Amino acid sequence: MNWLNPAVLGFAVRRKLADLGHGARLFWRLCALFMASMRRFGLVRDQIHFLGNYSLAIIGVSGLFVGFVLGLQGYYTLQRYGSSEALGLLVALSLVRELGPVVTALLFAGRAGTSLTAEIGLMKAGEQLSAMEMMAVDPVRRILAPRFWAGIIAMPLLAAVFSAVGILGGWAVGVLLIGVDPGAFWGQMQAGVDVWRDVGNGVVKSLVFGVTVTFIALLQGYEASPTPEGVSRATTRTVVVASLSVLALDFILTAMMFSI
Amino acid sequence: MERSRNDLWVGLFVLIGAAALVFLALQSANLLSFSLQPTYRVVAKFDNIGGLKRQAAVKSAGVVVGRVESIAFDDKSYQAKVTLALENQYAFPKDSSLKILTSGLLGEQYIGIEAGADEKLMAAGDTITTTQSAVVLENLIGQFLYNKAADGGASGNAAKGTAPKK
Repeated sequence: MNWLNPAVLGFAVRRKLADLGHGARLFWRLCALFMASMRRFGLVRDQIHFLGNYSLAIIGVSGLFVGFVLGLQGYYTLQRYGSSEALGLLVALSLVRELGPVVTALLFAGRAGTSLTAEIGLMKAGEQLSAMEMMAVDPVRRILAPRFWAGIIAMPLLAAVFSAVGILGGWAVGVLLIGVDPGAFWGQMQAGVDVWRDVGNGVVKSLVFGVTVTFIALLQGYEASPTPEGVSRATTRTVVVASLSVLALDFILTAMMFSI
Repeated sequence: MERSRNDLWVGLFVLIGAAALVFLALQSANLLSFSLQPTYRVVAKFDNIGGLKRQAAVKSAGVVVGRVESIAFDDKSYQAKVTLALENQYAFPKDSSLKILTSGLLGEQYIGIEAGADEKLMAAGDTITTTQSAVVLENLIGQFLYNKAADGGASGNAAKGTAPKK
């Protein structure tokens, strides 16, 4: 029962609190560096290229298959109640509200978050960050902030691509393969999906997830212990913590947005 | 600004993302049908609104002429007070009646306006009281069972009454 020892317990609590405070301070600094990042947009652009363009393929293909599956599953369930015309509505609402932002954030954490953590962790292990500080270059400003803002810009766009491709996938299965009436498919969708309540809230969700995933990836990389094991552990933690945070935040956001 | 290759690809990425957003807004949510016509408000009292919701359509002859703006309960008359926002371009006679209708078997509920014959036109702030409530399935079934029982009893009596005559 070593951990019950007040000294050990107190030290652990203090360390956790200090970690939290350090994370919050870094988050605040990254937010405050928005203007500085936009002024050197070349750095942000290169990171959007790295985080966004390279994630486009996995996001597009996943969206297509999620749309296919939604089309099939939705059709089999809806036709039992004789309302297979509502397939378009079902596919669009589930993609725009939930699956688009959430699955994109999970894929983004796996595809882009890990590479951010590994890159920054290795920079730290190779003492590149220390070297920058020696040259009076602020690594938070030069390395972290452009990646942070690039992630926030890329994530809503990726989520929108996911939802749009998914709807097209649902359309391909529902209309082309099964033969749901295309007029009813699009008509019910347009009647039931609201631009601000559904699409707008989906964009807000994906923005929040972009902030969460990118920040967690950067923090884990920046805080990684500068050894090979440290970097590998930080990369794993990025995926675990980012995925859990996204799912928990999704519940909270959904409760806030769609409760009324 | 160097590295124009990256510029091109990032531009393409942003373009694809923006195109996806536009697709979602226009094709799936139909932003264009979002009506920004000036409207006037009319209050209607219903005994029972069933599953009517805010933003439900108000239709006349099947054409959308307005939206339900708010729904409240009036504890003086124990009725539902529904505020409708009708588009200015459509005018209706003062004695028009309202009905709560359902699109399809499981579809959404909407309000149908049936034009009356009055010469005067409805103005903003008017209250419509000639309304027909939503059809509540339970009441309908109850009524059906009641009629069925009454029919059964009547025919049974009739059979009994006629039997001795033969």
